[in-house]
Amino acid sequence: MRNIFQDVLGGDTAPVDALDIDLRSVEMGDVVFETQGVTKVYEMGETQVHALRGIDLELHAGEMVVMLGPSGSGKSTLLNIIGGLDTATEGTVHYRGWDLTRADEAQLTLYRRFHVGFIFQFYNLIPSLTAEENVAIVTEIARDPMEPRAALDLVGLADRADHFPAELSGGQQQRVAIARAVAKRPSVLLCDEPTGALDSDTGVIVLDVLQTINDELGTTTAIITHNQVVSKMAQRVIHLSDGRVSEIEEIAEQVSARELAW
Amino acid sequence: MEDRGQTAKFHIPNSTFHTRTVFAIGKKLLRDLWGMRGQALAIAVVIVSGVAMFIAALGTMDALTRSQRSFYENARFGEAFASLKRAPTDVERRLQALEGVATVQTRVIADARLDLAAFDEPITGQLLSLPERGQPALNRLVVREGRLPRRGTETVASEAFAEAHDLHPGDKVTAIINGRHRSLTIVGVVLSPEYVYQIQPGGFFPTPERFGVLWVPRATLGAAYGMEGAFNSASFTFTAGANPQNVLDRVDEVLAPYGGRDAYLREDQVSHRYLTEELKQLEQLATTMPVTFLAVAAFLLNVVIGRLIRTQREVIATLKAFGYSDWAVGRHYVGMVLVIVAIGAVGGTALGTWLGRLLSQMYLQFYKFPELHYSLGIETVVVSVGVTALAVLGGTLYAVWQAVSLRPAQAMQPEPPATYRETIVERLGLKALFDQPTRMILRHLERRPLKALLSMLGIAASIAILMTSTFFADAVDYMIDVQFNRAQRQDLTVTFTGPTSDEALYELKSLRGVTTAEPFRSVPARFRHEHRQYRTGIEGLSPHPVLRRPLTDDLEPVPLSAEGVVLSDYIADVLAVERGDTLTVEVLEGTRPTRKIRVAGRTKQFIGVGTYMQIDALNRLVREGGALSGAYLALDPRYEEETISALTRRPGVASVQLQQRAVQSLLDTMGETVLTFTFVMALFAGAIAFGVIYNAARIALSERARELASLRILGFSQGEIGYVLLGELALLTLLAIPVGFAMGYGLCYGTAVGAQTELFRIPLVLERRTYALSALVVLIAGLASGVVVWRRLGNLNLVDVLKTRE
Repeated sequence: MRNIFQDVLGGDTAPVDALDIDLRSVEMGDVVFETQGVTKVYEMGETQVHALRGIDLELHAGEMVVMLGPSGSGKSTLLNIIGGLDTATEGTVHYRGWDLTRADEAQLTLYRRFHVGFIFQFYNLIPSLTAEENVAIVTEIARDPMEPRAALDLVGLADRADHFPAELSGGQQQRVAIARAVAKRPSVLLCDEPTGALDSDTGVIVLDVLQTINDELGTTTAIITHNQVVSKMAQRVIHLSDGRVSEIEEIAEQVSARELAW
Repeated sequence: MEDRGQTAKFHIPNSTFHTRTVFAIGKKLLRDLWGMRGQALAIAVVIVSGVAMFIAALGTMDALTRSQRSFYENARFGEAFASLKRAPTDVERRLQALEGVATVQTRVIADARLDLAAFDEPITGQLLSLPERGQPALNRLVVREGRLPRRGTETVASEAFAEAHDLHPGDKVTAIINGRHRSLTIVGVVLSPEYVYQIQPGGFFPTPERFGVLWVPRATLGAAYGMEGAFNSASFTFTAGANPQNVLDRVDEVLAPYGGRDAYLREDQVSHRYLTEELKQLEQLATTMPVTFLAVAAFLLNVVIGRLIRTQREVIATLKAFGYSDWAVGRHYVGMVLVIVAIGAVGGTALGTWLGRLLSQMYLQFYKFPELHYSLGIETVVVSVGVTALAVLGGTLYAVWQAVSLRPAQAMQPEPPATYRETIVERLGLKALFDQPTRMILRHLERRPLKALLSMLGIAASIAILMTSTFFADAVDYMIDVQFNRAQRQDLTVTFTGPTSDEALYELKSLRGVTTAEPFRSVPARFRHEHRQYRTGIEGLSPHPVLRRPLTDDLEPVPLSAEGVVLSDYIADVLAVERGDTLTVEVLEGTRPTRKIRVAGRTKQFIGVGTYMQIDALNRLVREGGALSGAYLALDPRYEEETISALTRRPGVASVQLQQRAVQSLLDTMGETVLTFTFVMALFAGAIAFGVIYNAARIALSERARELASLRILGFSQGEIGYVLLGELALLTLLAIPVGFAMGYGLCYGTAVGAQTELFRIPLVLERRTYALSALVVLIAGLASGVVVWRRLGNLNLVDVLKTRE
């Protein structure tokens, strides 16, 4: 059935040849994202708001990065541009050598569909679908996805597969969201304040799941947060302030997520 | 923000604070309205449609009724009438002296044939006498053009007839009275309360081209018709408190020696009777249809406004957090919807008034009133706007109340995460058939079954009113087809000046161009069954007619038995008789025998009423052998004109009616009126359908924007999320179609039954195209709404979704 709808309704079927990359051929440490001079200016009536003022950075395959900064530092804007949700005003963003900044809407849709896994602060689950179905809605349109059950197993929620979001706690909902994000085997997981709506204990469980996935699947993971504690589990911490990268910190000794508390 | 509000409250004098808040919240009101202008406009359109329809229909009805009443009063329309063979003028004094009689007006009425130089076809005429000087005491004429006659060779013509032939003062008309030609000069064009609905005796429709009424001075008509110093018709009014039936009995007693024939009340006067019936029918339509429209519109508004307000839940909470009272918040939203209601009410009233005037003018083509008393009924406006406003306010207040009854903190959160479950279809094991987006659609519908049901019913209701609006055209077509292609298949009807021997039939048959001739005999009669009675005519037909055939329910010819009478269904129902029952029939002519007669069957008749017997049986009943009143003829079209002119020259022929042509011109006019009415209704119904579906789509979009944006982020295309959103709408629309058909059928049935009159029984004929058209309009409305919403899906703000709570 999915194919029918894709054919009839999916206006985005134009193949994105540049994106047809066999993900498993990517070696650990290869550059996944490369941004050069990315700026973002919002026109707010008469005034201009400079959300990003020239960002140059690289993200590498398999690494776990935390982008840390106060609100208004531009971290969400950067994540949105990397995730294909927003476009840069100036500068380029390359994903595996493919220029995201020159992609059209249809190509960005396919990019999000096949390559990016999103995790949101407020989970954004579909309330009318069960946990398993929330995962399935993504696997149905993905290429070579995991079984939804397997993805739920990965986040330790296989026994909640038939529950609807309203029947799950916040932490469980976020774990379903993680399962949904990883089930398509994305090459990058973009997490926007994944623990922002959760208490410390539950947040730790969620971070533990993200760490496990990063370890076991080798998925590049970028977490944005303003919670300093979270940065202890990253390999690199990118500090943002006022639309610029103020510091990139390499963490020699990563702390296991289970040991975090705030 | 909260702090600033508090400070302001303490430092600024109360009145100023109040003015400023009103100002700010008033601005919000206007901006909100502007922000949702599409939806607000769609709602206003629904209100305009409902209100306009209501005002137009009731306004038309009211205008016609008032015009009738005023005409009758000013023209002193008689309350009773009597016709007789011939009575000397001094009998008038005896009538005047009768207890209960207020005014008597006697006169001469003569049947004639009319001849106009510019018109080849036969014209039946009725000539009425006028007093030598001035207006008659009763049934006065309204002079529309020229003046009343002063000399013997002058006449005035009825406006309907004059208009049909473009006659004006100075034109000539020849009247053939008792075989003698008389040239008359038209000096005026008039209206009479007796001919508001000007139909030929025995006809069902006004045929102004072929039936003319002329008024001439009494001396002239008396001389021409052999009625010098005598009269053959009288009209009366009653004194206050008189018992009409007793007065009529006394009139009959006085007139019996002079061939008096059953004096009758105004309610049996032809024009008045038909007018009353038509107004009754119009009243039915003018109430059921607009009430349905208004009810549907009100229902939809209630649903739509409620949903619209629910999308404002967070704004309401914020206002409350700022310190606005529940009352102020409620007032704000009431103000907002009242602006929409006001736009709709003003638009609807203006449009309805304009349309009502237009429709009334169209009706004046059939009803000849001197003036149209059209006025905007305040009650009509109050009722329609009131109903709409109540429905809208009900929806608003309920939704606002739901929102304000929560604590601000709670209300600022969106509604708690919706609880869903698997749908019945899925639990039945069909789950595997549906992909996730389809499951979303089904579960969303099933979670709020009442809401889904209401939306579906709303769409169904617009289908139903669309069906009712097109149903009339089908019904009229069908009626005409049955009446003129199956029941009355003659090309023309010849009426003799009086009962004639059946040799006349052979004469007719021998005319060149006559292919079939069937005799008929008509006799006025009164039927009685238990306490019920009905005054009508009996028509005697040949035993196996081919031209004039009463039909069964299945539209097959009803066999006319050697004895017994066949009644049209309307009369059978009025008398409450079935086949096999026995009736009392009182013949109102000749020796006036009263007999028992068996009901031999019923006949289906959509237009007019009638009772039928074999002509020989009828002649035996009235004790006259082999007499006929006229004949139905089928003509060879090649000799048509020749045959007609031969017929019109014969002295014994009173009238020659061309069936098809007579009816055709009327139907053209009537069809125009029906079509205009239908078109207007269809337009309104279409507007309502669009308003409903568009709002349903827009609200669904605002309710689900977040969910859909999340799907977009997850890599769904605009097409795929469009499926989730519009699939729901499409499913509701598809479900609504059969439901709408059923509702429409019921509504049409109710209208047809409600609009049954002596003149018409509207058949419940719903052509496939009626179904198809209403479904099509709704589908188009759905599609158009879909396109609008679809374009908005392209502008979903994906970034906002990441940062907002559900």
